Amino acid sequence: MALAKRIIPCLDVDNGRVVKGVKFVDIRDAGDPVEVAKRYNREGADEITFLDITASHEGRDTTYATVEKIAAEVFIPLTVGGGVRTVVDIRNLLNCGADKVGINSAAVQNPDFVKEAADRFGSQCIVVAIDAKRVDDIDGRPRWEIFTHGGRKPTGIDALEWSERMVANGAGEILLTSMDRDGTKNGFDLELTRNMSERVSVPLIASGGVGNLQHLADGVTEGKADAVLAASIFHFGEYTIEEAKRFMANQGINMRI
Amino acid sequence: MSNTIAICDYGMGNLHSVASALEHVDKSVIVQITSDPDVIEKADRIVFPGVGAVRDCMHEVSRLGFDGLVARCIASGKPVLGICVGMQLLFSNSEENGGTRCMDLISGAVRYFGEDLLDESGDKLKVPHMGWNNVTQAINHPLWENIASGAQFYFVHSYFCEPADTSLTAGVTEYGKKFTSAVARNNLFATQFHPEKSHDNGLQLLSNFCRWNGF
Repeated sequence: MALAKRIIPCLDVDNGRVVKGVKFVDIRDAGDPVEVAKRYNREGADEITFLDITASHEGRDTTYATVEKIAAEVFIPLTVGGGVRTVVDIRNLLNCGADKVGINSAAVQNPDFVKEAADRFGSQCIVVAIDAKRVDDIDGRPRWEIFTHGGRKPTGIDALEWSERMVANGAGEILLTSMDRDGTKNGFDLELTRNMSERVSVPLIASGGVGNLQHLADGVTEGKADAVLAASIFHFGEYTIEEAKRFMANQGINMRI
Repeated sequence: MSNTIAICDYGMGNLHSVASALEHVDKSVIVQITSDPDVIEKADRIVFPGVGAVRDCMHEVSRLGFDGLVARCIASGKPVLGICVGMQLLFSNSEENGGTRCMDLISGAVRYFGEDLLDESGDKLKVPHMGWNNVTQAINHPLWENIASGAQFYFVHSYFCEPADTSLTAGVTEYGKKFTSAVARNNLFATQFHPEKSHDNGLQLLSNFCRWNGF
């Protein structure tokens, strides 16, 4: 009897279609985010994250419509991130049925935006996404820095200090992605995850690098994450959410099953 | 027979998920998201939600006269369901925002979880309490029908309710300490968790609410 650790599948959506390829056998239209979200919901996902990677401005309307459709059929929390720059963006997403909104680059460009958003809508719906890369000090001490533009642009900002600042500004949750691990399938950067999770008072979601179920478990037990996020291991049908939860529960982690 | 449910809209947060969850569980209900006192008073059932800071919520509730309205609805005997901050607002006062006077329809206080909350193994617990946790049923109640005691529901909050009359506690949850996660008094039921985000258990509770006569 305690708060369960969460598994959060992430949908990368471009112009209303799930990208990164999805191969569910029993879904006719594998690229439809609504169908994918429903499947994850059935399998026992604790939340769903919808990452909008649509580059074009016109694509926003498609995003709103998709979020609305998911929210009407999936009764678990839904976080939407990607391209959130103004309070109007946040309001529109919440009105479409998002429960939480992820802020990433806009927070780096203007840290007060997080404060403004939290004051307006409440910390409970503001997730600050942090993309960090390891850049050790000259004396070899571990250090991580915030990178923007998909990990291409360094900012000089220390990731751990930044996480604390974002919480002080009103972030209700942190979504941490290791840019070194993202897409590698080598597992989370556990040192980074643990350091940040122990530093912040709010829940932390670990992301980037999950290649197998042990990685998910390690994120919680060694990385001290409150939730673990993964995309490809679920998209490609390698594992179901249910399998992942049973695997973690068998290692003594409290899961909702 | 018509079955109308008014979701009280006082401008705080998104109420569509509550509405669509109610419509999803019971096709016969007519759900209205409204700030119109007439619509609210005429509805068969009332949902009183809330998200964000208590002070901001209370400010809007008072400005729109919802405090008196909700009190009248409760007194009228129709089923009323409070959710999250909507539950907290029913209490006498909250520690949030340096102390906020609430609607005082249930005697008791709303308290902060605290900075040094520890789990049973001594690890520090995060605040807000966010995610899925067990709700142990303290009483039998029509809204608990077909839901197992100990079932998990989705929570997101930093403050919890402490009713002065502990016999009002309908559900208990543990997060560093045991707290009241649901209260029941006659035709009033309120939950700290979000049934509209709690998958099958939450939908079951909402379905029970759609059929509950308030006794």
